[in-house]
Amino acid sequence: MTAHAEASHSLSAVSVRRSIIDQSKRAHVGHIGSALSITDILVALFSRVIAPEQDVFVLSKGHAALAHYCVMEQMGAITHETLDTYCADGSQLGVHPDHTLPGVRFSTGSLGHGLSLGTGVAFAKRMAGKPGRVFVLISDAELNEGSVWEAFMFAGHHRLANLCVILDNNGQQALAPTNEVIDLSRIGASVTSLGWECDRVNGHDVDAVTRVLQTTSSGGPRFVIADTLAGKGVSFMERQVKWHYLPLDDEQYAQAMRELS
Amino acid sequence: MRKQFVATLTELAIADERVVLLTADLGFMVLEPFAGRHPDRFFNVGVAEANMLSLAAGMASEGYIPFCYSIATFASMRGYEQFRNGAVLHELPVRIVGIGGGFAYGSAGFTHHALEDIALMRVQPGVGIVAPADDAQVDRALRDHYARPEPMYLRLAKETESHPELEGRFRWGHLETIGDGDIAIVALGSMAGVALEARRRLLAEGVRTVVAVAASIAPAPSEDLAALLATKRACITIEDHRPIGGLGSLVAEAIADHGLGVRLVRRGVIDPIGETSGSEAFLRRRNGLDVEGLIATVREVGLVPA
Repeated sequence: MTAHAEASHSLSAVSVRRSIIDQSKRAHVGHIGSALSITDILVALFSRVIAPEQDVFVLSKGHAALAHYCVMEQMGAITHETLDTYCADGSQLGVHPDHTLPGVRFSTGSLGHGLSLGTGVAFAKRMAGKPGRVFVLISDAELNEGSVWEAFMFAGHHRLANLCVILDNNGQQALAPTNEVIDLSRIGASVTSLGWECDRVNGHDVDAVTRVLQTTSSGGPRFVIADTLAGKGVSFMERQVKWHYLPLDDEQYAQAMRELS
Repeated sequence: MRKQFVATLTELAIADERVVLLTADLGFMVLEPFAGRHPDRFFNVGVAEANMLSLAAGMASEGYIPFCYSIATFASMRGYEQFRNGAVLHELPVRIVGIGGGFAYGSAGFTHHALEDIALMRVQPGVGIVAPADDAQVDRALRDHYARPEPMYLRLAKETESHPELEGRFRWGHLETIGDGDIAIVALGSMAGVALEARRRLLAEGVRTVVAVAASIAPAPSEDLAALLATKRACITIEDHRPIGGLGSLVAEAIADHGLGVRLVRRGVIDPIGETSGSEAFLRRRNGLDVEGLIATVREVGLVPA
């Protein structure tokens, strides 16, 4: 718990968001909306939930890795100089996370893999009698992938109490709002029927997210629906599909930083 | 061959607690010895091959050595991206155990014929590919290599096979050769029986051939091939697999890479899509992958009988 206490004072959602905007602008790349969407979840996880020596985190929605990088930098896991290489030639920090980074067990980027990988880790930990929980952060659009459901069934059947999925429920996918593509508004009932314990939280309330993630299971794996906004914190990005893709121009950058001060 | 696999793995798992056997709901009357001896390390993950391969990567990242069992087509293809982005990318000791390479599931039809599995696995860097010729090779390969750090693809026949000429030899990255002659027959493990019988019949007519059994496909036995083929008049490859990407391609690459001038004839599955089904023997014969077909190919390449 000491690690959490030390980390918490240096990790704030506003500074992570400012860092995301800075790096996106400098590198001239997109996926900003996704990174802003998961920022508060990561702040809760890394400041007050995850015990790095025994817990495992899998960012299944790898395209939001910039948020994770910015958290890593603020916690001292990577240097600011390293963060400044984001998306540069030869950098370890690409759009999607690489398993050679500290605290990154699995490289992700192709949707629908992270939950099965994390389930394997949780299953193995339980077999070996090892402590620790496995946290898998998935996107709502990722639920379209069939392999996610294979893992839901497996983890539910095997009652993997050491597994916790966090759904970044921002309601938006690459081309349209999720409820227009595949309506998953009853996802909670779906996973509950497969043996999961379901909880729901405002994904931008760090204290509430912390409480929900600190809650351990009374049996089955945990499924936390974190209601979020893609682009959270920057008014012109919130709920805008285009910010899944677009980089920032100078004016937009200035406005975003003003709003995040 | 699959029963030998299970027998050897069951024994290895007694001494090594890292060994885990996963199946995607296949292996009735095959996997019971392992399941009975190691119930805490045997898991039917359900009919979900994609999840099985990611699950295995996750388990391997915690120190286990998971063997993932299914029919070769499903095992090699349904979770291919999971294997690539999981075990291959993270260099984890996941083993795909594909049962029934080639036409082993004969009348089950196209969906059950593994005709491109080796090609798919060969293009993934760092994956060991083992296609044993008989039960003794299965046993040797497993005992010597089950704990290697890299991912592996094992292509196993369904039924028991025994080729005494091989004496159970299996070496990682090498060919196992039998006999000598001007013409080399390089056979995928599953075709060793056909190749060895063709060799015997040709020898009775005074035609001498060397059979090189390629059971260790990746890493490719390139040096052995270069040494073998440097002095041969011709080389015939035979595989129950498409001629693209498998053993024939592997030998062609070795010949090109070493600048050899040997003539190469590749024999593989040439059936068009949608061809009628039948027994393994029937399907092999139709593709010229039986003893008579191979003997005819040897004659075609123009060797003069003694």
